[in-house]
Amino acid sequence: CTKKLNLLPTNDVTAEQVYSSPEGYKQAFAKVYAAYALTGNTGPAGNGDVQGIDEGTSDFFRLMWCAQELPTDEAVVGWGDVGLPDFHSMTWSSSNLFLTGLYYRCMYQITLANDFIRQSSDAKLSSRGITGADADKVHQYVAEARFLRAYQYSILMDLFGNPPFVTENDALGGALPKQISRKDLFTYIEGELKAIDGSLADARTNEYGRADKAAAWALLARIYLNAEVYTGTANYAAAVTYSKKVIDAGYSLVSDYTKLMRADNNLNKNEFILTINYDGLHTQSYGGATFMTHAPVGGSMPAADYGISGGWAGLRTTKAFVNLFPGGASSADKRAQFYTDGQNIDINTISSFTDGYAISKFKDVKINGAPPQSLDYADMDLPIFRLAEQYLIYAEATTRGGGGDAALALSYVNKLRARAYQSATTGQLTALTTDLLLDERGRELYWEGFRRTDLIRYKKFVEATYLWPFKGGSKDGKGVESFRTVYPLPSADVTANPNLKQNTGY
Amino acid sequence: QTGSIKGKVSDETNQPLPGATVTVDGTTIGSTTDPNGNYAINNVKAGTYTLSVKFIGYITIKKTVTVNGATVENFSLAPESKSLNEVVVIGYGTQRKKDLSGAITNVTAKDFQKGVITTPEQLIAGKVAGVSVISNSGAPGAGSTIRVRAGVSLAAGNDPLIVIDGVPIDRPRNGDGTSKIPGVADPLSLINPNDIESFSILKDASAAAIYGNRASNGVILITTKKGKSGKPVIDFSTQFSASKLNKYVDVLTGDQIRDYVNANGTAIQKSQLGTANTNWQKQIYQTGITTDNNISISGATKHLPYRVSAGYFDQTGILKTSSLQRFTGAINLSPSFFTDHLKVTLNAKGSQVKQRFANEGAIGAAASFDPTKPVYSGSNRFGGYYEWLNDPSKPSTSQLKGLATLNPLGLLEEQDNRSNVYRSIGNLQLDYKFHFLPELHANVNLGYDVSKGSGSVNIPDSAASNYNGFQDGKGITHRGQRNPYRGTQSNTIFEGYFSYAKDLKNIASHIDAVAGYSYQDFSTKNYYYGSYAFDGTERPGSNPNFNFDEPENRLISVYGRLNYVFQDKYILTGTVRRDGSSKFNPDRRFGTFPSVAFAWKLKQEQMFKGITALSDLKLRLGYGITGQQDGIGNYDVISFYNLSGNAAKYQLGDILYNLYRPGGYYSQRTWEQTASSNAGLDFGFLDNRITGTLDFYYRKTSKLLNSIPQPAGTNFSNTIVANIGDLTSKGVELSINADVIRSQDMNWSIGFNATYNTNKITRLTLAPDPSYPGVLTGGISGGTGNTIQINSVNYPRLSFYVYQQVYGADGRPLDGVFVDRNKDGIINSSDLYRYKSSDPKAYFGLNSNFNYKKWSAGFSARASVGNYAYNNVLASSGTQLSVFNGIGILNNASTSLLQTGIVGSSDKMRLSDYYIQNASFIKMDNINLGYNFGKVFGNTGNLRVSANVQNVFTITKYKGLDPEVSSGIDNNFYPRPRTYVLGLNLSL
Repeated sequence: CTKKLNLLPTNDVTAEQVYSSPEGYKQAFAKVYAAYALTGNTGPAGNGDVQGIDEGTSDFFRLMWCAQELPTDEAVVGWGDVGLPDFHSMTWSSSNLFLTGLYYRCMYQITLANDFIRQSSDAKLSSRGITGADADKVHQYVAEARFLRAYQYSILMDLFGNPPFVTENDALGGALPKQISRKDLFTYIEGELKAIDGSLADARTNEYGRADKAAAWALLARIYLNAEVYTGTANYAAAVTYSKKVIDAGYSLVSDYTKLMRADNNLNKNEFILTINYDGLHTQSYGGATFMTHAPVGGSMPAADYGISGGWAGLRTTKAFVNLFPGGASSADKRAQFYTDGQNIDINTISSFTDGYAISKFKDVKINGAPPQSLDYADMDLPIFRLAEQYLIYAEATTRGGGGDAALALSYVNKLRARAYQSATTGQLTALTTDLLLDERGRELYWEGFRRTDLIRYKKFVEATYLWPFKGGSKDGKGVESFRTVYPLPSADVTANPNLKQNTGY
Repeated sequence: QTGSIKGKVSDETNQPLPGATVTVDGTTIGSTTDPNGNYAINNVKAGTYTLSVKFIGYITIKKTVTVNGATVENFSLAPESKSLNEVVVIGYGTQRKKDLSGAITNVTAKDFQKGVITTPEQLIAGKVAGVSVISNSGAPGAGSTIRVRAGVSLAAGNDPLIVIDGVPIDRPRNGDGTSKIPGVADPLSLINPNDIESFSILKDASAAAIYGNRASNGVILITTKKGKSGKPVIDFSTQFSASKLNKYVDVLTGDQIRDYVNANGTAIQKSQLGTANTNWQKQIYQTGITTDNNISISGATKHLPYRVSAGYFDQTGILKTSSLQRFTGAINLSPSFFTDHLKVTLNAKGSQVKQRFANEGAIGAAASFDPTKPVYSGSNRFGGYYEWLNDPSKPSTSQLKGLATLNPLGLLEEQDNRSNVYRSIGNLQLDYKFHFLPELHANVNLGYDVSKGSGSVNIPDSAASNYNGFQDGKGITHRGQRNPYRGTQSNTIFEGYFSYAKDLKNIASHIDAVAGYSYQDFSTKNYYYGSYAFDGTERPGSNPNFNFDEPENRLISVYGRLNYVFQDKYILTGTVRRDGSSKFNPDRRFGTFPSVAFAWKLKQEQMFKGITALSDLKLRLGYGITGQQDGIGNYDVISFYNLSGNAAKYQLGDILYNLYRPGGYYSQRTWEQTASSNAGLDFGFLDNRITGTLDFYYRKTSKLLNSIPQPAGTNFSNTIVANIGDLTSKGVELSINADVIRSQDMNWSIGFNATYNTNKITRLTLAPDPSYPGVLTGGISGGTGNTIQINSVNYPRLSFYVYQQVYGADGRPLDGVFVDRNKDGIINSSDLYRYKSSDPKAYFGLNSNFNYKKWSAGFSARASVGNYAYNNVLASSGTQLSVFNGIGILNNASTSLLQTGIVGSSDKMRLSDYYIQNASFIKMDNINLGYNFGKVFGNTGNLRVSANVQNVFTITKYKGLDPEVSSGIDNNFYPRPRTYVLGLNLSL
């Protein structure tokens, strides 16, 4: 009689059913990727992955972007979502919802990767009859899942420093995860990325949207550039080595900087090493590219120019960033993509959209100007690694004494500037300095999620040596406590997991 | 000279009372009424006498009569208002009220709320100590939030279990607050209140534990009307009512907003001003009209008592385009066979509701739409309604200004959301009294509750709300909406129990016992559809993977009860229920819920017998454990994989894949358990003209179903409902009923009840963690994902979690200035504090009925003390940013803006305790007046007419529209109107 109490869901299935076929493996594997593009299992919202935060906000790129850009000179946001303005005033606490959401989103993708890796052990594969070429494919999926896990750990290492640490060897619902120190985590990520090198597809040979060897090298180059921040010991030589491997893998810059962030920028795969993929009809969310194309549009900006039905009137930039461009908004540097009509360069009230210049770098129209598939959800893909960054890593690591070729470094930077100025002569540099490279990174990579990390590496993030409007909550800017170079672990997890020790200062 | 006295004795409904005794005081002569209620006393000497007329359960009447020849004297007896012989429905059986040992309150038809009652639970609003019934809104059929003793749960919800004629019905709502039956605002609106005979509310564990696993938040047993022996009686009633909103949200007029913008705005903003003075709220509301018509025939033919009823209810709401029509039918047959050894009860109720739902977004839009704009634009675009447009000189895909407030009237009139819902609830109950052992009964109950709802949301392609539409593959834009919805619900129950009752005279004892088995299945079927434009084109990506989902859960239970009465003085009751639920892992699927109660009829003791003023005194003590399993998934025991929808695919290479996502799970989950103690005193004075009940209770819920963070990396869900936490609640309840005047011509009764309740969360984490703030809850509007309430250890449930406002010397709140409570030099979420709660500390009901001859008058009022509400309307609209917003349009603002001048640019302002307002109130729910014409058609029939005013007035300090908000968050809900009702009852 009690058998009548054994009920099963109508549509949901068990792990054994999912992983019974190569197709099922691919669909579960695709979810590991999708965890950084989608917010849930029903686009655009409903059935979210992460709880305790508005689903539209729970998107990886959107939250990572807020944590990396809002506390810097590159961006302000006018919305009053509770906790969001704390990024400008640098007063975030351990219960900040945006930081909590980001942390759990990163850990979510790690948990999915761990599960996928567990389900793909040789024993499981053979017991499920997945053999031969099918099994080889799964082995490559596993390498990519390990890459995605390493990528998310690199985000956690950068933002939160000392997160909990779980791999496929930690059973779900088992013992409480141990905390890993930032330094040890660096060693782990470094080891993982090197360990999977043999299993990943060769550079530029994998399916679009999937990581290859170049993606792993690009991530290594990125963390080596910041090794001193993470471990106390610089390793610019390794940054030189790995960025050079990427650069030599056959990538090239697309010709027009202003066409980088467009609805059909999947065509820019010569420059893009790895992208988060969106589709206005089938990959819908209120984060990612939809956020990047809607949130910066307001005031008198014509929605049609941005391939959207209407802007969200939120994001602008500060005067300090505009001034990175010689000539400001009307700079000959075409990377200066500002919308100024009806906008004040100075910010009096952050909540007023017309205070601060708007940024028009992200447009969900096609490269030829045609409209996208949907005006509500973007088609645009967001590169998380692109060639330009690797040029700048090579240049900076070389300039900082990493042993690269200084002339080659200069030539790389000048390639970017030639594209920026659409000229082989105007705007060319003759020598590099580290300070110049920070500004160059700002001009080239702004609003792509790098600025906070860069300012910390240059010791300009919390210090009073570089100020921008509303830094530290002061209209003219002010320095803040040094512990704010690392975000707090969310109080929710510190409570749930007694192994976690809160970061200093919080 | 001798004469005679004869006449007729009838009850309050003019039905004859056979067997009533009529005696002449001071003599031995008298008579008993015949089956037609007639009596005759002959051979009475002429003179003046006092006649006494008695009938059990009715108030004895004494009347002075002068006999001179053949005197005719008729009597109409009124029932005793609180008869102690009253039989009360308890779980699996009935019990005489005087033998009750648990905290059970019974409310019968004569005490119901009067007027237009759309949903059954409103019948007892304010009538019962410890029970709060707060209507969810003024929308037709909106239903209510019912709380018995304020509830003891967090994530599991606090709705009581409702049982209709022995059929436990499913909780009305899904976890997200939507109705489980699509197409109705609340499933209880499918039940005709006119068919209801009585409510029994089982409040304490000793009464409710027989319902074990779902009883923690109380049980409400609803019994519908049945046929009575006697000739057929036809009852007809009709009501006509008009409803009107008598208060509007306090916003600026067109002239005020023009002055404000001209004084504070930029040149562009000034240029956006219009010349109109539109009162948008008056545009969206109307006078609502309701008719409610009911007819029933009841009686008995030989061994077949029957009742058949039909009802038609038709309501237009005060918000334009909202309406509800309900057709109901009910049949009740209760025949007996084999010389009453087999009693059969058949109940079947059916209803159809046709509802049109208004777009309630119009309510907030009306409060914020710029009053300087006209209603209509003069062009045909957007259905003719004025809307905010983009600068026409700039090329744009959309003429409409993005994110702008939409025309409130357009929102209403351009949406057509109609549903059609059927429901039937019924059961067949067989009660067999064994021939060889008549004390033993076998009872079998087969019940069902099925419903089917469907509808469609249609928005024409001209409507502004869906003007942006979507593009098909050819780049053609499709607008509007034509979205169907459909769902069914099918619950079945099988129950069988034996009952045994025997008087053991040699040991002065009485026992009755019940032992039974129950099987219940709750199944819903939700159909999935794509999203369609008005022209029928399917939105790309919206086609569902599955056509339907069919969530289901089951319960298998055994239960028993033993009731022992010694010397008609001491009563001992024990119950036990063992439940098995499909929602839990097999190793923790069964739970046992015992209870014990003791009652002592003190009045029977010698020491109290001498106190003549004291007519009744009973002490009740009870303890029991109940469970709760609501608010959790049906299948969360292991991780199931969910296939993503077609708008949540991911592209790898050239292929977009539907994704398999492992779901969060929690195999350790089990019942929430509440241990309750209750001590009560029932008392009566002056021959029970004053009766009352006083109850004290203390309850502790452990293994609280509570949404807790999971250690990151250990589950696929970062929060999960687990059994972690404790909550205590305690309270006092008092109810007093007094028959102030009791005579043949005049009766006046007053009922008063008071409830005091507090609760405190005592644990929320596995190990005590003082740094853990708690579980955020209570989403508010403004920004995304903002919450205003928290469940924290050492505080009451649903405490507000806010910044402490700093006020200037003039008493005005300082814009964005808050107390740095942790003194770290910065204001961030570490400075939030817990302030007040939305639960009332105490609430009260007061009812009065007065009859004089054929007139009757009454009122019922409620009060609530210590409940606070977050005034979300003011928080959103009382700021300059409401007028000058980031979107670049003008909006209206609360009039308070003119006094406070709050800009609102601080994100923390909306979490200020300034907006937590005292929402204590006194409400006059109903004032009624009736006149009974008596017989209208010769010697039969009875006609009564009545007039009611509902929601008469509210006394409160609260600044918003209506302080009565069960969630504690007041955000532009459909307001409750004042209603004027005329009614007519005719029985033949």
